[in-house]
Amino acid sequence: MSLDISFIGVLIGSIMASSVPLILAASGELITERSGVLNLGVEGMMIIGAISGFALMVITDNLFIAIIGSMLSGVIISLIFGFLTQSLLTNHVATGLALTIFGIGLSAMLGKNFVGIPGKDFPILFSSLRESIPFFGPILFGHSIVLYFAFALPFLTNYFLKKTKLGLVVRAVGDSPVSASNQGINVILVRYCCILYGGGMCGLAGAYLSLIYTPQWIENMTAGRGWIALALVVFATWSPIKVLIGAIIFGGISILQLHMQAVGFRIPVQFLIALPYLMTIIVLVVISRDSRKIKLNTPTSLGRIFYKEK
Amino acid sequence: MYKNFLRYLISAIFLITFSISAKADFKVGFVYIGPTGDHGWTYQHDEGRKAVEAAGIKTTYVESVKYGADAERVIRQLAQSGHDLIFTTSFGYMDATNKVAKDFPNVKFEHATGYKREHSNVSTYSARFYQGRTILGHIAGKLTKTNTIGYIASFPIPEVIRGINAMTLAAQKVNPNIKTKIVWVFSWYDPGKEAEAAQALIDQGADIIMQHTDSTAPVQTAEKAGIWSFGQASDMQRFAPKSILTSIIDDWAPYYVERAIAARDGTWSQQDTWHGLKEGMVAMSPYNKGMGADLVKEAEQLQKDLASGKIHSFTGPIYDQKGNILVAEGKVADDGMLLGMNVYVKGVEGDIPK
Repeated sequence: MSLDISFIGVLIGSIMASSVPLILAASGELITERSGVLNLGVEGMMIIGAISGFALMVITDNLFIAIIGSMLSGVIISLIFGFLTQSLLTNHVATGLALTIFGIGLSAMLGKNFVGIPGKDFPILFSSLRESIPFFGPILFGHSIVLYFAFALPFLTNYFLKKTKLGLVVRAVGDSPVSASNQGINVILVRYCCILYGGGMCGLAGAYLSLIYTPQWIENMTAGRGWIALALVVFATWSPIKVLIGAIIFGGISILQLHMQAVGFRIPVQFLIALPYLMTIIVLVVISRDSRKIKLNTPTSLGRIFYKEK
Repeated sequence: MYKNFLRYLISAIFLITFSISAKADFKVGFVYIGPTGDHGWTYQHDEGRKAVEAAGIKTTYVESVKYGADAERVIRQLAQSGHDLIFTTSFGYMDATNKVAKDFPNVKFEHATGYKREHSNVSTYSARFYQGRTILGHIAGKLTKTNTIGYIASFPIPEVIRGINAMTLAAQKVNPNIKTKIVWVFSWYDPGKEAEAAQALIDQGADIIMQHTDSTAPVQTAEKAGIWSFGQASDMQRFAPKSILTSIIDDWAPYYVERAIAARDGTWSQQDTWHGLKEGMVAMSPYNKGMGADLVKEAEQLQKDLASGKIHSFTGPIYDQKGNILVAEGKVADDGMLLGMNVYVKGVEGDIPK
């Protein structure tokens, strides 16, 4: 293996790129869950975002519209979930699963005419700096705007939840909707907003796949990443920064195991393939041992139906 | 007593009318491993199905069917709902196909790329993709500058290993220093992972990428990196116009039409089909002129010789990784050996996952 310093830079760059959809989807879902709503429809919202983004790119030939449209489509599809669980008080788990199945089916149907169309090159920023600076160039530069946004998002989310009044409201609604309601907070409205925000981020995560990472539309192209994002939120014990760490570890080991294969390490391939899952769980369990902190971050009323007694 | 008799009579009448109407309505079912829009393996099978439909025979298909219990359920359901001929189009459906075939002796089954024909109503068919791999190996051996060929593999089954070996042997013939680096993704279809595997191989020095997986992600990654690649299963040229040298194309349509008509007319019988370049089940998409006019000519000649049988992809001497002789000088590997191939030839790096 050519282990020179510039190669490691390139490697870290591609690890970052592969963890973007996980960071986006998990950060969105984290806000939804912190408000006490368990939305298992992440995979479905991602795939809808992927096809909407790609379809809009083909139709309008404008990547900006495509990105915004993919987020909007995630918002719209999560609105269905919000209406069912918040207004009609259906079970969160069942509705979320239905949303995933619905999303995969709907995206396949919408996507029929977009199969086999090559995607467009997404503009990357500072591409000249990427080449000219060794090691740090490929890490810091030459990425799409969505990647920079994704890496800022966990910190913004952390700030929002811990330092802002609105963040406090979201946490209060997730921990004890009854007390929050008694304080005059409109629990249903807050939860609606969190669901829609989560949907938007999942839509963007899907569009990252279909517009930037592997620019094309193929059925079922999210290939289970939504489920991994969901698991990340739980294993990161609802902490945005740990979500970021978990996503990077997962993306990193997924890529490293491919390199280890290419180099010809004599380790069973099946073990290498299981490694990302194992390592992510181990690391997140180890860094979240403090049970007091877990209690602090866990939305106590997660997945419970709330309705206001009149 | 009388009541029971009446009940039997009614069900008998129902059964008879049902079987008559089923006969009148000849139907062919297809089971796919991926979505029809994968632009690779399943896409080509679906093109075959459309040809059957065009020949005036009713068809239905079920896509993205997972191996195991799911596959058996889908195949059984197709058999129960009056399909007379069922194509199960992936290696992993082998056991499920044979299991269901036992319970439905009147339904015909065709299993792709497998070798188990446990009942007289099960046929198997496959294409000699390895002939195409030989052409890819020849081109790759001539074009590589780093002497490293990157190969994205799906599952360690004989069909995939055969392709790796055929490619490596052909590349060695024109370039003895060639190395084949392999990454197993343990999936037929995961664009993100396939792209990452391609990138890893490129980072490890491969300057030609080929794949035995179904999505177009690897060729797009190669295009971005500015290196050569080969398409798989269907013509992937428009996804990577500069990068793709040629694609191995699977053309199932003539076989599907022939077998469907045979089953409808009652002339269907069990057989094991293994067609290649000669019969047109394997075809090559137009060669990229970027490889140079001489090399295009060589590739075309090789294609002709493979089709006519003048050249065999597995001609001795062939050695395994440890240097043991597999095929003696002057001999060619027989089909039995090809079908059960489970060792790498010399020049391939790494071990086959067990």
